[in-house]
Amino acid sequence: MRQGRLTRWFFQNVGLASALLLFAVLFFSYNMMHPRGFSAAVAVQNANETAAIAFLAMAQTLPVLLGGLDLSVGAVMTLTNCIASELVNGSPAQILLGVVATLLSGAAFGLMNGLIVVYGRIQPIIATLATGAIAIGLALLVRPKPGGDVDGDLGWALTNSVWDFADTYGIAGGGDAWWIRPFADIPVPVIIVLLVTILVWVPFRRSVTGRTVYAIGSAEGAAFMSGLPIDRAKIAAFTLGGFFAACGGLYLAIQTSSGNADIQQAGAYTLNSIAAVVLGGTSLLGGVGSAVGSLIGAGILRVISFYFRILDIDPLLQPLIEGVVLLVAVSFGAIRTLRVKNKLDLFR
Amino acid sequence: MRISVSNENKPILIASFFIVVILLAGTVYTLSTAGTAPLLSPKYLLQQLQTGSFLGICAAGMMMVILLGHIDLSIPWTLTAAAMTATAVGGEMALPTALAVGIAVGMLNGFGVAFLRIPSMIFTLGVDTVLRGLMVAQTGGFAPQDTATPLMLFLAKDRILGIPVALFVWAAVSVFVIVILTRTGFGRSIYATGSREGAAYLSGIRTRFVTMGAFVMSGLCASVAGVLLAGYSAKAYQGMGNAFLLPAIAAVVLGGTHILGGRGRYIGTLIGVILIVLLNSVLSIMQMPEAGRQIIYGTVIIAMLLVYGRNQRITS
Repeated sequence: MRQGRLTRWFFQNVGLASALLLFAVLFFSYNMMHPRGFSAAVAVQNANETAAIAFLAMAQTLPVLLGGLDLSVGAVMTLTNCIASELVNGSPAQILLGVVATLLSGAAFGLMNGLIVVYGRIQPIIATLATGAIAIGLALLVRPKPGGDVDGDLGWALTNSVWDFADTYGIAGGGDAWWIRPFADIPVPVIIVLLVTILVWVPFRRSVTGRTVYAIGSAEGAAFMSGLPIDRAKIAAFTLGGFFAACGGLYLAIQTSSGNADIQQAGAYTLNSIAAVVLGGTSLLGGVGSAVGSLIGAGILRVISFYFRILDIDPLLQPLIEGVVLLVAVSFGAIRTLRVKNKLDLFR
Repeated sequence: MRISVSNENKPILIASFFIVVILLAGTVYTLSTAGTAPLLSPKYLLQQLQTGSFLGICAAGMMMVILLGHIDLSIPWTLTAAAMTATAVGGEMALPTALAVGIAVGMLNGFGVAFLRIPSMIFTLGVDTVLRGLMVAQTGGFAPQDTATPLMLFLAKDRILGIPVALFVWAAVSVFVIVILTRTGFGRSIYATGSREGAAYLSGIRTRFVTMGAFVMSGLCASVAGVLLAGYSAKAYQGMGNAFLLPAIAAVVLGGTHILGGRGRYIGTLIGVILIVLLNSVLSIMQMPEAGRQIIYGTVIIAMLLVYGRNQRITS
């Protein structure tokens, strides 16, 4: 019986399952080949480099599920990165306030995107293209030159293993308490990403608003006729996207302890987030996929670049290999065309 | 007497009106600060349009693809790859090689989108990354030392009768695109396919080849722009195309072309390009810092689309 349920889940989530498999194989063999594979140090380093793009991939997932695209995620990340580099320091209360203000500003920007898309009735891709420029402009106003000051303890605690976290803040006996031992080697960024997923994404996915997002992506007219809250779902999706992008920006600020209003970097992150979403099995046509898949997609993107460090590949060839891998990976989507029985089904 | 304007021409009229507003605002600013009106001198305008012609040619190709409801994100590195191969090959063959690069990239994009049915958003993005990888591998990540050929320099920099040659190239591309879109079966097939591909297919249009053709046009336009830009700067350099992708999309959409395809006139794209070029030049006359430029740029796009780019509500 259990076997049957597993097979059914597999066939209902082929994209997610194959992404998971690909990631597991890539990550496992990477650690096998790495001279210090399966160690806490390597895991911490990998997790740190993945956290920001993982958050951005989650941010991109929601508009994509609606059947749209958010070209401003990278810019919102940059904006919140700059805001965090100004605010996240001082006394613990000030730090907490700074974190909340950063996350709220990202969510507010997402809310603005949502309002423009819903009440302005402008296509998401073109509306976010314009608001992305606004976000970069605001980021440049906040921080004309790279730099900033982020609390050092926080930066150390959140970018290392659980043991270091406990050690920094002297909780659980400085990290030596018996109950924290089993978790001591887990990188903190992994826990942060998982916490945000479980506390924000999963409840949203199960709410009426969350289901409406999927319904809109599948057939907006049908969703409207069924009396689903279309406007609320769209606004919520973009707001949540802004929130996730702000998580990414905040993490980047904590990790680099600075802010940088870099237009190129913002663009690269936006494009990578789209790639991660697609690799994670989410359909660009909308209605199919999940933020969990995008997390895995982001992981795949990053593991591929990790290989360059251990495989001794000419650095000049790296962008080419990254591009070819991306192109080949998305080309597997073409298998769908072989299964189509009625040729008209191709033209959705 | 009421003047009625068809829906298709509304964006074009409003955008033209906005161009006049920009010119007037810029002139008032220069008159009040320096007492001159450079914006209204033909020499200055021609110079601005000369640098705008690169964007204009990119936008012409982009429009063909957007009319299909697709998008071409590979323009930046198609442009750069064409420019780099042109300067590397040099001599007589520089121009044909660059155009061949554009056509080849366009065919690859068209194949992926039309035959493999992969969303253009992600496929052209992948092609862009691959092209960047190829160019980095070939040049070692530096600007190549080769210089532009005399023909490229002539096309980008020289003037005939006081008018920059680049403007003639832009005009030629424009006429070519207008003729294709309004006078040929291929052009009508593009509109039909963009409106509803299934219906176009059932009407006997070979939609997959139409899609491929549009992507080839886009690659071709990007390579022409690359050749011109390399001539203008006398050489090719890394990332020379990055500044053209988003403004090209913005120009096409501001000109009234629907981002989901099927609707739009080339004259609108032309006006969209002029609008963006003049907006940029007025902002640089005002010595606006980058932050203010980005904010104004984004706000203008949103504001103009709020006036005429609104979609129908989907209710069934």
